[in-house]
Amino acid sequence: MREIVIIGNGIAGITAARHIRKRSENKITVISSETKHFFSRTALMYVYMGHMRYENIKPYEDWFWKKNRIDLVNDHVKDISTTERVLQLESGKTIAYDILIIATGSKSNKFGWPGQDLKGVQGLYSFQDLEKMETNTENVQRAVIVGGGLIGIEMVEMLLSRKIEVTLLIRENSFWNNILPDQESRMLSKHIREHHVDLRTKTELEEILSDDNGNVKAVVTKGGAQIDCQFVGLAVGVSPNVDVLKNSGIETRRGVLVNEYLETNIPDVYAIGDCVERTYELPGRKSIEQVWYTGRMMGEVVAQTICTTKTKYEPGPWFNSAKFFDIEFQAYGNVGNELQLDEEEFYWEHDGGKKAIHFVWNKNSKIILGINVFGIRLRHEKFDRWLREQKSIHFVLQNLESANFDPELFKRHEKEIVEDFEKSMFGIKSTVA
Amino acid sequence: MKALRSIGLVLFLFSFGLFLGLFFVSDYTLTKEIFETKVKTEHQESLRPTVESLFGKKYSTTFSFANAIARVIDQVNKKFRQEQQWDKVIYDDYTAILTKASTSGIITENTALLFFLVFGVGVIGALLFILPKVSLELPGIKNNGIFHHALNNRGWIGVLIGTLLIVFYIMIYFYDAYIMNWIILVEPLKHWIYPQSESSQWFLYGFLYTFAVLVMGVRMLIKYRHSKYHIVRTISVMFFQLAFAFLIPEILVRLNQPYFDFKNMWPLDYDFFDAWHINMLTSAGGLGIFMFAWGITLFVVGVPVFVYFFGKRWYCSWVCGCGALAETAGDPFRQLSDKSLKAWKVERWLVHGVLVFAVIMTAGVLHNFITGTSTVFGLDTYTYLRRPYGFMIGAVFSGVVGTGFYPLMGNRVWCRFGCPLAAYLGFVQRFKSKFRITTNGGQCISCGNCSTYCEMGIDVRWYAQRGQNIIRSSCVGCGVCSSVCPRGVLNLESKDENGRFGQPVLLGNNHVSMPEIKSVN
Repeated sequence: MREIVIIGNGIAGITAARHIRKRSENKITVISSETKHFFSRTALMYVYMGHMRYENIKPYEDWFWKKNRIDLVNDHVKDISTTERVLQLESGKTIAYDILIIATGSKSNKFGWPGQDLKGVQGLYSFQDLEKMETNTENVQRAVIVGGGLIGIEMVEMLLSRKIEVTLLIRENSFWNNILPDQESRMLSKHIREHHVDLRTKTELEEILSDDNGNVKAVVTKGGAQIDCQFVGLAVGVSPNVDVLKNSGIETRRGVLVNEYLETNIPDVYAIGDCVERTYELPGRKSIEQVWYTGRMMGEVVAQTICTTKTKYEPGPWFNSAKFFDIEFQAYGNVGNELQLDEEEFYWEHDGGKKAIHFVWNKNSKIILGINVFGIRLRHEKFDRWLREQKSIHFVLQNLESANFDPELFKRHEKEIVEDFEKSMFGIKSTVA
Repeated sequence: MKALRSIGLVLFLFSFGLFLGLFFVSDYTLTKEIFETKVKTEHQESLRPTVESLFGKKYSTTFSFANAIARVIDQVNKKFRQEQQWDKVIYDDYTAILTKASTSGIITENTALLFFLVFGVGVIGALLFILPKVSLELPGIKNNGIFHHALNNRGWIGVLIGTLLIVFYIMIYFYDAYIMNWIILVEPLKHWIYPQSESSQWFLYGFLYTFAVLVMGVRMLIKYRHSKYHIVRTISVMFFQLAFAFLIPEILVRLNQPYFDFKNMWPLDYDFFDAWHINMLTSAGGLGIFMFAWGITLFVVGVPVFVYFFGKRWYCSWVCGCGALAETAGDPFRQLSDKSLKAWKVERWLVHGVLVFAVIMTAGVLHNFITGTSTVFGLDTYTYLRRPYGFMIGAVFSGVVGTGFYPLMGNRVWCRFGCPLAAYLGFVQRFKSKFRITTNGGQCISCGNCSTYCEMGIDVRWYAQRGQNIIRSSCVGCGVCSSVCPRGVLNLESKDENGRFGQPVLLGNNHVSMPEIKSVN
């Protein structure tokens, strides 16, 4: 029986712990200074918005951990000695390990803006950030969010739910245009404005101004515009949280460096989740992936490696999902924000501007490469298989109906989509492109 | 638009306040004439000596008057019992009958006007409050602030409404004389449907129930207007409540036919097989016989067949009256259901216990009917089965607790913990049905919206986050888990039975097998 210690109780660390327990009788300890119990990070916004309470975003009841003999330690790791295999904790305690799994997640980016540490300026990543946002937004009439990614739009929704007016500053021409192609990015921008968000494109932050008490009073953009506000949300991405590894001898660059088995340079030390930077290439994937799903997969992989068979981190076809106000988004495979030379595309948008679907395939082989879908739900299982089996765009369109995952009685659009596709392929300009 | 909503709220609160105020407004004076017209001749003689002292005496509250009458009747009955004159004991509900006849004041003089001020203005107010949402909010799930609101999160408004409901239910079931003013208030409608009839606490109850389903149904239609599934099923429960539960039975009575709710069935309709009920139906000619056969067919054939194809939702969240109230008036409270494993254990013992109780009671009653006796194994079925069931399950559980506790324990307390029909439908759903909630590959982010908004307290996320189909006997198929899911992970489906109980599959990494799943039990 080995002592397995996991730093971090997010989705990656907890998945590893659960799967190790399912496969072995090893002693498992999970250390976190954030919260005692695992919660769904992606659901923090719903607590602020009043959709749920903190209890509701904990995926397991509190008895679960004891029952499954997963020890939870509510403490902060100060130092790691990989030679002695001991962790030094903030409380003064030490914990010895045989196997160490680093799952420390991310932290919000700050780019050295003047005023970025004023009262009322914050990012949103941790439970503490949520608590901070609760106090920071009391009696706030107007807020500015910097950064048009997933966290940025979440913060916008959160503030609007409290009837706070919001200005959203984004660097791109339209919302999330560094990830999404123009078409759907434009559609989402329209939807965001429909929710009375003051969306300012091609706008970057210059500085944040303070009042006499050190509270934020306004932001100034690079264009020189001053926007009065009492709260600023910084949502310009996250970076691996590797502070604790500084003197440990565990190699880091931006993140903790790992090979395909999620091993670090030190034997019996693994890293998983947001904090990881891969040293090897995976087609269609970035070396740092800060997504719920990749954290979970890495947790599964590392557990299998530790307990049974050494397993490579080989995530299947890329998938992701999100929701922008009222529009749900799912992605399967890769649809880049710009079409590559060897790619072809077809974009369909519903008249109402709330549903869209974007296919990208290889020009020569016609093999489907990816799909972005908005306002229509599609079956993950089907697209996972079609992408793995390298089905053609024609096959996908022919079978699109079987991949529909919308609730019963919902209006179906497959026929329309296929018709429009045929029109556009035969050189007739589609009415909706 | 916001101003309209405020006006609506004020109007609604005015009518609701007026309704509550009407409870207190009347005077009650028993006269000789009332006594002689309302009390059966055979009872007049025994009651007169004691009741006479009340003639002409004016009471200003329904409590003092009703209690005075009840006391007198008790006295008389006590004497008969002491003297063992069993045949003379009075069982008629004279307390209510005489209270009604003795009521005077604004409620009897201006009944129609007050009816309009309470229900007409109430509807206008409610609609003014509800309808502007269409232009104030875009379609989509808007659960903002639910856990910050004193109504939705067991705050003072929730506790207040819960208390009012509980008190109301206790009075409806056990002290109808106390709410005589309200019974009189709905008399104009009763007369409009059937001029020769009189309003009772059950007519009041049926009317308020239908009123709540319709008004809150409109709210539901607007809240979920982005989902055709919710629109259709909400219209369905509104229709079945208005037509099947409320209007058709009243019309049947006017046509001299038995009172019959064609969508209700045993064992929810627990006295269906009581001798008096069978006799009433079978002696009412062709239609009565049809009703009897229909009632049996529904649960013998209808339940297995429909549950096989659609799941128990065809009944629980599309047709049933309890479901109708839960899915309309109860919607603001769905998040209050208990999702703990412990609650699930309690649920299974309780709901199946009630089903067993209902089956035993019905077996006893049928035994009585066939043999023409009133006992089983020497025990009187009324005393030991029917009365306890009617009191504990029929009144306290389904009414007082089932609805009174909406704002405290969620809107499906009865359906989840007590309804024997739900238990029966659940068996079929669990073991022989095409229905399931499918999980979409590996897309779940464990956020918990599905579990939070499951009115039946199913921990939907438990299944979703490991990629497993949700097959639970309690699921009423309301579809809200699917609607509130921000990632499109859940879908209610009726598909091939093969693969229904699939192994948990989370799409993700190659060559990662899901280890044996340990059951949580």
